[in-house]
Amino acid sequence: MRYLSPHTINEAVAALADSDGDVKILAGGTDLLVQLRAGMKAPGLMLDVKRLPELRSINVEKNCFHIGAAVSGAEMGEHESLKGSWPGVVEAMELIGSTQIQGRATPGGNLCNASPAADSVPAMVAAGAICTVVGSEGSRDLAVEDVGISPGQTSLGRDEFVVDFRLPERPPHSGDAYLRFIPRTEMDIAVVGAGVNVVLGDDGVCVDARVSLGAVAPRVLLVPDAANELIGRKLNDEVLEKLDAACRAACRPIDDKRGTVEYRTQVSGVLARRAAVIAFERAGEK
Amino acid sequence: MVKTHVNMTVNGEAVEFLCETKATLLDVLRDELDLTGSKEGCSSGDCGACSVILDDRLVCACLVLGAEADGGNVETIEGMADADQLHPLQQKFLEEAALQCGICTPGFLVAAKALLERNSNPTETEVRYWLAGNLCRCTGYDKIVRAVMDTAEEMKGVSK
Ligand SMILES: Cc1cc2nc3c(=O)[nH]c(=O)nc-3n(C[C@H](O)[C@H](O)[C@H](O)COP(=O)(O)OP(=O)(O)OC[C@H]3O[C@@H](n4cnc5c(N)ncnc54)[C@H](O)[C@@H]3O)c2cc1C
Ligand code: FES
Ligand code: FES
Repeated sequence: MRYLSPHTINEAVAALADSDGDVKILAGGTDLLVQLRAGMKAPGLMLDVKRLPELRSINVEKNCFHIGAAVSGAEMGEHESLKGSWPGVVEAMELIGSTQIQGRATPGGNLCNASPAADSVPAMVAAGAICTVVGSEGSRDLAVEDVGISPGQTSLGRDEFVVDFRLPERPPHSGDAYLRFIPRTEMDIAVVGAGVNVVLGDDGVCVDARVSLGAVAPRVLLVPDAANELIGRKLNDEVLEKLDAACRAACRPIDDKRGTVEYRTQVSGVLARRAAVIAFERAGEK
Repeated sequence: MVKTHVNMTVNGEAVEFLCETKATLLDVLRDELDLTGSKEGCSSGDCGACSVILDDRLVCACLVLGAEADGGNVETIEGMADADQLHPLQQKFLEEAALQCGICTPGFLVAAKALLERNSNPTETEVRYWLAGNLCRCTGYDKIVRAVMDTAEEMKGVSK
């Protein structure tokens, strides 16, 4: 197994193209090194992307945040203006692991590990984040919800990787939130996760919304039917009940030791309601 | 076997070694540099016994490759005391019996030091969340948390 830590995107793409698939991108390593240790992965090349400047910074361009795919959770949490505009995205990332894990874990790794329970992904999907993906054919845009396709599997080509996440411009009165349910308070995998992002008009009526659920299907779900219950309405009990029902209808979870199908389905609706209340509150304050 | 040539600073001293790709920073510290204070509990990021500070970030040395630390600045438990003078956290852990078997102690000390450098006046909740990635099978955590809080209190007194 070789190790390479290129300084330019072109070098990284060339190394990926040359390696004929026998390669793993290394970001924070908090998933990959555990899998390596367990003998689940044995690539010929470890391609460390943490020295690529495009993947390592958080910038604002034309009023939109660009988050490098290999920025750490701790760095996102320390970025005050990102946190101010996208508290749900930042909180979701900060839920990952412990202080030690936060120093390493990245949003690119969380997405490309393709776990349906990855915490930052529903928040990014709700936010409407778009990834810049590069490969030998050049670069392309890919919506976050189109990256993970099944557990451990992404839609990226063999020679492709994620450079950054671009969040849309933030109009006044917008807010997002992410909540997950775990049986303890720290260090566990989501049984269900729910992300809600809304934009309100001056009158408090919702003009735009996105709702996303994690850990209730083989991939993170964007749930347009749930968002449609919010759009055109103010938040009240009846709207929350419809949001809850739309989320439950979208679930296709598994039964396992951490939650049954019925339990996960019910919790998805409860979490979506609570996340919606927080997102509306945040939107109302701005 | 392809090895990577690595230069890094450990506790203020420049070190240089050849490293197999699969060797973690923890393997390098313990087996190559003979710094066995950092412990191996789980090797999967769950227990925090291998906690070190890499470029001002608290990390699990078991989840960093030695090769990744090239050019890096590493602080381990061995660098915590100033010659014979224990760090106030080490002193407080002893005084308040915040350890029993001791296997988790280096990790807790390094993690607590990283906390106090960032936040000299943490609440109990902040201490507990910050240390949630460090596991202890013996103490039940209370004495550890109290020792960290008492050290913070004492260090405030000194710096006033
Ligand atoms: C103790 C512990 C607790 C954890 N708790 C949580 C938790 O609460 N919630 C949660 O969601 N996760 C958790 N995780 C899992 C993990 O920390 C996260 O998924 C993390 O975000 C992974 O990021 P990374 O940079 O470390 O990924 P890596 O391990 O570096 O990479 C993960 C995968 O993504 C690929 N990859 C990485 N970057 C890119 C890129 N830019 N382009 C293409 N492919 C890429 C890699 O090849 C690899 O297959 C935990 C892990 C540990 C060890
Ligand atoms: S040995 Fe590294 S966290 Fe347990
Ligand atoms: S003192 Fe024994 S594990 Fe903590």
